[in-house]
Amino acid sequence: MQLTVWTYEGPPHVGAMRVATGMEGLHYVLHAPQGDTYADLLFTMIERRDRRPPVTYTTFSARDLGGDTAELFKTAAQNAYDRFKPQAMLVGASCTGSLIQDDPGGLARALDLPVPVVAVDLPAYQRKENWGAAETFYQLVRMLAGPSAPAPGTPRPQRAAGVRARCNLLGPTALGFRHRDDVAEIASLLAKLGIDVNVTAPMGATPADIARLGEADFNVVLYPEIAGQAASWLQRTFGQPFTKNVPIGVSATRAFVEEVARLAGVDASATLASDSTRLPWYSRSVDSTYLTGKRVFIFGDATHAVAAARIASDELGFKVVGLGTYSREFGREIRDAAKRYDVEPLITDDYLEVEAKVAELQPELVLGTQMERHIAKRLGVPCAVISAPVHVQDFPARYAPQMGFEGANVIFDTWVHPLMMGLEEHLLAMFKDDFEFKDGAVPSHLGAAHGAGDAGKPAQPVQMPIAVPEAGAIWAPDAEKELYKIPFFVRGKARRNTERFANENGVATITIETLYDAKAHYAR
Amino acid sequence: MNVHVQGCTVATDGTPKPVRRESGQREVFCGLTGIVWLHRKIQDAFFLVVGSRTCAHLIQSAAGVMIFAEPRFATAIMEEKDLAGLNDANDELDRIVAQLLARRPDIRLLFLVGSCPSEVIKLDLSRAALRLSQKFSPAVRILNYSGSGIETTFTQGEDACLASLVPAAPPPTRTSEDQLLIVGSLADVVEDQFIRLFDALGIGRVQFLPPRKAMALPAIGPNTRFLLAQPFLSDTARALEDRGATRLAAPFPLGVEGTTAWLRAASDSFGVAPALFEKVTQNHRVRAERALVRYRDQLGGRRIFLFPDSQLEIPLARFLSRELSMQLVEVGTPYLHREHLAEELRLLPDDVVLSEGQDVDLQLDRCRAARPDLVVCGLGLANPLEAEGMTTKWSIELVFTPIQGYEQAADLAELFARPLVRRAKLVA
Repeated sequence: MQLTVWTYEGPPHVGAMRVATGMEGLHYVLHAPQGDTYADLLFTMIERRDRRPPVTYTTFSARDLGGDTAELFKTAAQNAYDRFKPQAMLVGASCTGSLIQDDPGGLARALDLPVPVVAVDLPAYQRKENWGAAETFYQLVRMLAGPSAPAPGTPRPQRAAGVRARCNLLGPTALGFRHRDDVAEIASLLAKLGIDVNVTAPMGATPADIARLGEADFNVVLYPEIAGQAASWLQRTFGQPFTKNVPIGVSATRAFVEEVARLAGVDASATLASDSTRLPWYSRSVDSTYLTGKRVFIFGDATHAVAAARIASDELGFKVVGLGTYSREFGREIRDAAKRYDVEPLITDDYLEVEAKVAELQPELVLGTQMERHIAKRLGVPCAVISAPVHVQDFPARYAPQMGFEGANVIFDTWVHPLMMGLEEHLLAMFKDDFEFKDGAVPSHLGAAHGAGDAGKPAQPVQMPIAVPEAGAIWAPDAEKELYKIPFFVRGKARRNTERFANENGVATITIETLYDAKAHYAR
Repeated sequence: MNVHVQGCTVATDGTPKPVRRESGQREVFCGLTGIVWLHRKIQDAFFLVVGSRTCAHLIQSAAGVMIFAEPRFATAIMEEKDLAGLNDANDELDRIVAQLLARRPDIRLLFLVGSCPSEVIKLDLSRAALRLSQKFSPAVRILNYSGSGIETTFTQGEDACLASLVPAAPPPTRTSEDQLLIVGSLADVVEDQFIRLFDALGIGRVQFLPPRKAMALPAIGPNTRFLLAQPFLSDTARALEDRGATRLAAPFPLGVEGTTAWLRAASDSFGVAPALFEKVTQNHRVRAERALVRYRDQLGGRRIFLFPDSQLEIPLARFLSRELSMQLVEVGTPYLHREHLAEELRLLPDDVVLSEGQDVDLQLDRCRAARPDLVVCGLGLANPLEAEGMTTKWSIELVFTPIQGYEQAADLAELFARPLVRRAKLVA
């Protein structure tokens, strides 16, 4: 057993759901107990999707365990096909589903459905979400694109003269950190270079689109954690090379542009010459001088962590003091990068270990996941999010890519925002005992009520200046106490309403009764 | 899937109300979700789920939007070697609990919470809790309950948790008089209002389960009479009765009518004079009714469809139909406890359509066919239904909001009016 306060990844079947939900015309039948449908909320709430995920759960309960759970699965799969008529089906089990050993693959084959059925076997007690997504995508690609594969050893035919190069964009899924806008940013960058996108997958692709993957000249792997395995298979089977540079950061985007230009046989000099990102100037301008040498700790999935370290060190002038990942499958990438910055690589999925490391290193900024926010709050350190797992606030309405030249602009603003601004930092160093700008206080541009730095202290009721009511109704102590039971964000309004009510009705002393009389009078 | 519509004779005023029983795909939470509010109610308790990564993921997906300097829940994630029996599960648990308590010496009560995986492989957490309690007492008490999806739906997790607290409660002192116990998590402000009301009625010291502090468990014995504040507490009620306590039958304290009847059940039982009862409650009743008027104007005549979620659906439907004149299209509940809800069922309209259990696709078909004005449903369905042009009220909020008692009657109505008001307001 592993004591897990926070988990960096969900179980592998959530990875499979991310692939299925990102696609169109695919349905996933999952053998799972009642309650595992919570995962729908990841998509309908956190990502704010306007449709139910294409997932049917068997939702067995205790009384079904004595009966025929295999029959339950078959009925659910048949019903799902009849109702949704997908182009292909995905079948599998969740962690509890796998314990009862019903073999969803075999059961689905026995139904003899008129569409391809892909069975994904995801070892829930060994593997995690990203592995589940990668495995699911790989199995789908193999099953659906496999039939159009050339005979082994057939060389790739040359592209005819005058035909534009085509690539696939591989890796974006539902619930991916900024996948929506990364795809838009990279697709427009490729268009500038004169390269067409054949298929983007899994996001937005149908099973029929997956079958066409082999038609592209090469593959762009945006997220190696999800698409690496499928891209390797496509290279072996269709002779399609794939990109190794992930375009996060200015230098990485430039390297990526050169790489795709080479693979597509186009000239990238015009694109590279255009001054299409503001990060370099913002970072060189004197206002950023105080960022030099700021000590930063970086943690996330391997792709985002390695990219962040390069930006932090080479493009913003921070000092990387810690670098780690929870993606055990990508330990080597992190170890190589850690050598560059002369730090100890941290490869772990144990939140408590990460917490201990941050506490030990005492960085001035943490770049991490939603989980590092908890750590940063506890330790009172500024923090910005660079990688999944993330929550609802990191699926924003605005255009917010991490990749490409606009992604670099977004990154500059996001990372610098939590840091104290230069002037304030200087004045604090000179005058420590100011009644308002206290040593250790939260940067004033983040607002006084910002929670960091208060860790460990019991929450004090926020004292508000008591407005003296015009006609001078006074608060009885118990009514005042009652007022503090009202959530603070509506407390001020309740106070004003109650006083207004008391004055209008000639009440001299505000009692608990007055408070509720006023509440009922205004009824919010 | 199988649908049985049968004339279950729900004890009403002579007219049996048929209940549609459905089994099939259920879009509901498991009992682990109770941790999301229980960790705030009992502030010095810690919830350790023994389960898989799915369980850990569920809780943090729900609660992880808040940033915790000090988490109050965690998961002991079972690994391959635990399943293969290579590790002694009890040794592993001991190691993890020791690690946890070393990190958090302020914990007074630790719940070992069972999950689907731990139940399926029959890991005996109750014995582990007993063994660990002996090791760590008196500093920490360790209890066990199951929040697994195969056994519990959403709020039943609270039921299981409270039922596990009952045996740990002290016996009453021999001289003690009859005590009133209020059972079920209530918002702090609601508890305080009820304390004042019972005080004015002359009903002595009122106690609450769960308490705000783990160590302050109420005494329970033959002189305990209890009122259920929540409709989903069947196991807790049984555990209390096993200790000799008596349940006072009442509808639930939602709305003016429900609150009055609930208070009256206690007053009658404790011999409060009717005149005093009238005097104490009158102002509250009048005030709450006055506050409800505007919402009746907004909601009267509107058609409402409730998907099963928390077992609050039947009391809510009673309030919405009787005090706000809403039309009930269908009232779904995950589980119907006929005895505890008898007073509620009696107050529902005779032609009400009740359903117990769920086949979510069929229920969605019925909902789409009916095109109700307002759909009460979980967050897995809410946005998709909004996108289809329906107005929804997400049901989980009803568990996270002060809705009981007189002063909250209008707030409760407002929760249902708000989505309709919003839909009318937005132009873009």
